[in-house]
Amino acid sequence: MSNSEEDFNFAYLDEQTKRMIRRALIKAICIPGYQVPFASREMPMPYGWGTGGVQVTAACLQETDVLKVIDQGSDDTTNAVSIRKFFERVTGVKTTENTGKASVIQTRHRIPEQVLSEDQILVYQVPIPEPLRFLEPRETETRVMHALEEYGLMHVKLYEDISINGEISTAYAYPVKVNDRYIMDPSPTPKFDNPKMNFCSAIQLFGAGREQRIYAVPPYTKVISLDFEDYPFEASRAEKTCEICGATNTYLDEVVIDDKGTRMFSCSDSDYCNSQKS
Amino acid sequence: MEQILKAKAINKKFGDVYACNNLSIELYTGEVVGIVGESGSGKSTLLNCLSGSLVPDGGNITYLDRDNNWLDLLSLPEPRKRNLLRTEWAFVHQNPRDGLRMAVSAGGNIGERLMAIGYRNYSQIRAEATEWIEKVEIDAIRLDDKPSIFSGGMQQRLQIAKNLITKPRLIFMDEPTGGLDVSVQARLLDLIRSLVRELGLSVIIVTHDLAVARFMANRLIVMKNGKIVETGLTDQVLDDPQHSYTQLLVSSILKV
Amino acid sequence: MLEVKNVAKSFNLKNLDKGKFSVIRDACFNVNSGECVALIGNSGCGKSTLMRMIYGNYVCAEGEIYIDKENILDLKAIEMSILRKQKMGYVSQFLRVLPRVSTIDLVMEPLLDQFESRARAKDIAETLLSRLNLSSQLWHLSPLTFSGGEQQRVNIAIGFSKDYKLLLLDEPTASLDRENKKIVMDMISEKKEKGSAILGIFHDKEVRDKVCDREIDVSNFSAS
Repeated sequence: MSNSEEDFNFAYLDEQTKRMIRRALIKAICIPGYQVPFASREMPMPYGWGTGGVQVTAACLQETDVLKVIDQGSDDTTNAVSIRKFFERVTGVKTTENTGKASVIQTRHRIPEQVLSEDQILVYQVPIPEPLRFLEPRETETRVMHALEEYGLMHVKLYEDISINGEISTAYAYPVKVNDRYIMDPSPTPKFDNPKMNFCSAIQLFGAGREQRIYAVPPYTKVISLDFEDYPFEASRAEKTCEICGATNTYLDEVVIDDKGTRMFSCSDSDYCNSQKS
Repeated sequence: MEQILKAKAINKKFGDVYACNNLSIELYTGEVVGIVGESGSGKSTLLNCLSGSLVPDGGNITYLDRDNNWLDLLSLPEPRKRNLLRTEWAFVHQNPRDGLRMAVSAGGNIGERLMAIGYRNYSQIRAEATEWIEKVEIDAIRLDDKPSIFSGGMQQRLQIAKNLITKPRLIFMDEPTGGLDVSVQARLLDLIRSLVRELGLSVIIVTHDLAVARFMANRLIVMKNGKIVETGLTDQVLDDPQHSYTQLLVSSILKV
Repeated sequence: MLEVKNVAKSFNLKNLDKGKFSVIRDACFNVNSGECVALIGNSGCGKSTLMRMIYGNYVCAEGEIYIDKENILDLKAIEMSILRKQKMGYVSQFLRVLPRVSTIDLVMEPLLDQFESRARAKDIAETLLSRLNLSSQLWHLSPLTFSGGEQQRVNIAIGFSKDYKLLLLDEPTASLDRENKKIVMDMISEKKEKGSAILGIFHDKEVRDKVCDREIDVSNFSAS
């Protein structure tokens, strides 16, 4: 095995590739919610592990950045740890678990509880970027639908939810309309996090590696969750209290803690939970 | 009597073969025009050209919209064309699977066009969907069932409800009773006829079944090899056909 | 109301050798409003053919046919279909209707076509069917399963549901019993009084004597 780090360019990707991704990012920022195709590269991890997010993060990182990586809100789950280790190795940037101290946060499935600020970038890992996919499988057709703002179909999905479950049961990947124009899949974040996207101070970038798409929400952009007049959107959460920090306003994980099926509720955002405890 | 659709000198070639050879047709408000002919005569191609799903090689198609403007369909911007297709027009396919979303419930299928034109009140959408599913004689209890578990006849009726809910003015039908049992056919034809009358619809219906044409159409267009060989009142064309091909066609009908 | 001038008709079966038949030539006659005229002549002399040409069911290649001063041979198909709906009733010998549609709906249809309300159309249809002695048990069934006489009465009900300016009757009483024949004759007389011009083919001499003002012998126009 050759001795590694110096054989890599900063942040693993070569400069040409990073430039290509940055161009896609700029286009995505300019057209909020629009899916920009990009030439996604093979990354040294399997698809589904966040290859899209990793490429976006790689294109954003500078030596002075401080990186935080979370998976389901937590800094110490496998996916988060491996990606954090990866960037430590190929960039040497500082990493942190503290939301407030990070300049770039890569996330899988959550938005941190702590309100983000203008000098932060939030990078989402996206498995399926096309919100219309399950209703209209033809990509040619969905792209035309986006172009012509033909979004009736998205409400058909919510209609189906209500007619089957009596309420909008979509709990994650809940579709949003960005800047009154494009319908966007906010990646599989719980719908509890949707309101945090609206007029968020930080830049929000979305990378889908397998699907080769990048999209973005610039700071202070309107992000509205779709709903019906008589079935309004609700940012639902488990009606419990965190048994570790006592928070009553956070998104909770339900954890089975013994063989008898005893359950415990605790904050999914581990950094926030720790900060509340102390 | 007002025209609603005018097509002039429509040409469409597939390779060297004319599917539509210099065809002109006009449709008046509230009338049903049947296009008959054998397979390969170009009748479906003509329908597809008229409804915008195929672009003809030459010719001119104009449509009088709700606001009384004549629209040149071949130069109409795509968004406007698609908008027409889900508001003022409807297309009933031979195979209901082509016109329905099989994974979406009957109610969702019927409501789709409403949601597409901006309906955002669930109860209202559901109420209108219920009204329409009953109008096409399907028990409202089936509203939340998926069309994949419906019979062929029910699927076809569902497709009609889905298309008519936004009260279109012009309907294109391609063999609407094609794959159905004879017993279901007659009921469906009667349903379409009463809806046509009730809503004052204008219809172009393509069929190879002369009996369907007789009961549905006011006027008939007989096509062969991409050309119109005969037109006239339906019963006149069928009872006193002038062209040798029409005579052959009429004399070949099997009678029970 | 109706004027037929120099009308000729031939059939040309193009897929057959020697398929050309001349049936009628130089047919000239007229029917006034409030008048009932019978077409007579041997079977095959062209009575029904003539009537079908007036209805626009058969193509008329030569001559002129005026209905309400309008030459129908100049009309486009769409105009002819409107003229039929507004002015012309036709009772054919045969009942040709969509299967599984109820009798009452069939009789209401011409009325609904002219934007009558459903309630009024139903009222008129029921009155007619009762008058023609069709049991109300049959109203909600398709007439295709009825007996010949019943089918004929359904046809008559459809043709008589409106006050057409011109009424064409092809053997309307052929398969009716005495009682019903009398009712139909009364109905024809009433239409005459209301000002309809009626042209009919009646094999039954009694009916002709009772309701017809004149007879026209179609064999005079025979082409053979």
